[in-house]
Amino acid sequence: MQQIINFIIRNKNFLLFLLLFSVSILFTIQSHSYHKSKFINSANFLTGGVYNSINDFNNYFKLKSQNQLLAAENLRLRSILRNSKGLVDSTYIDSLTFNKAYRFYNANVIKNSYSLTDNFLTLNKGTNDSVKQDFGVISSKGIIGIVDKTSSNYATVLSILNTTSKISAQLKKSNHFGTLTWNGKSPEFTQLLDIPKVAIFAKGDTIITSGRSSIFPKNIDIGTIESFQLDAAENYYEIEVKLFNDMTSIEHVYIIENVDLSEITNLENGVNE
Amino acid sequence: MNNLFSIHTVRFFVLVLVQVLILNHINFLGYINPYFYILFIALFPIKNNRVILILLSFFLGLTIDLFLDTGGIHAAACVFIAYIRPVILKFSFGTIYEHQTVKFNSVDFDSKLIYLTLLTVMHHLVLFSLEIFSISKILLVLQKTLFSSIFTILLSITVTIIFSRKTK
Repeated sequence: MQQIINFIIRNKNFLLFLLLFSVSILFTIQSHSYHKSKFINSANFLTGGVYNSINDFNNYFKLKSQNQLLAAENLRLRSILRNSKGLVDSTYIDSLTFNKAYRFYNANVIKNSYSLTDNFLTLNKGTNDSVKQDFGVISSKGIIGIVDKTSSNYATVLSILNTTSKISAQLKKSNHFGTLTWNGKSPEFTQLLDIPKVAIFAKGDTIITSGRSSIFPKNIDIGTIESFQLDAAENYYEIEVKLFNDMTSIEHVYIIENVDLSEITNLENGVNE
Repeated sequence: MNNLFSIHTVRFFVLVLVQVLILNHINFLGYINPYFYILFIALFPIKNNRVILILLSFFLGLTIDLFLDTGGIHAAACVFIAYIRPVILKFSFGTIYEHQTVKFNSVDFDSKLIYLTLLTVMHHLVLFSLEIFSISKILLVLQKTLFSSIFTILLSITVTIIFSRKTK
């Protein structure tokens, strides 16, 4: 017993180092698996508060460009509204108020990152605004990511610029779908994998969400095809997608809630069992 | 003693805030950021207990991780350099360190540069290996380590020169 205690006292530095190093490695490994990072995320009171107050200040420098973005979106929505007026008649049921499948919330990005290999964003909406895990996040130009962790006032978002992110996407022209991933290199491009060899497409074609994942509705823009090649087995295409979003400058985003999400996942889990 | 304690407490918080609010948004050439907060570990008094340094480094790294959503990579890298600091000190300062009389303000520039370089490169190597977490991307790890290290070392040297008190 004496010897054990002596050993511990003699090597206390090394043992402490070993202990703390393994704890940090544990946190790292946890953060690499989706939804597992329990303690270390920026959706807590302290870091969220700091980011929020700094963001209040920083917003003034971005006002002009963000206003232009919002004006452009207003223009687009207004043109859709005008053009669809003919559809409104007495039997028309407004899908926004009756039996709607998706609910939208707006939020501001208070922390953005794009230079790491696993990037997360932080938003200023949390469970108090009924934002929960697995809600989709989009901007006026395209998709941003999926809500990962929430606290009462803040939420972190698993960005599409994250090597663990996997989102179902498809070609706009045909219904061939694949998985949108990121190789960790450029924040302008993501990679669309598993598009079957029979699909016909060309450079510049649009990629949209497929609506298969039950997180994003169908027809949300992602980007255009920059280049493509067959994978090693020559069965599927690997497509380089240039994003519509400038991921390095995001301010106003929309959070999408799929009202039927729990019903769909329950059903699918039931099928698997 | 009390004065020393308050200096290091203030330095801890100032470095964390500077790191998360300014330096992480530089993204020079897309991905190069200086990780300048390790200056806290580099300038920690040598005579103090190593246990305290290792513990403080862990909390320093963990605070940065909290802000950046990076799991535990900064904590791991900080604990690592805090543990191997005596070896680096011995290597770069030689006999002065063995007599326990190193004062960061008064040592010559060469050994200070070697000390900061070694510490920074070690830290960045552990940091990026854990961040990228895959052996097949070893080139990316080395590339990021090299560029970020140059940036961090330049910044640390500049700041230590600007803030050093004149010693007669």
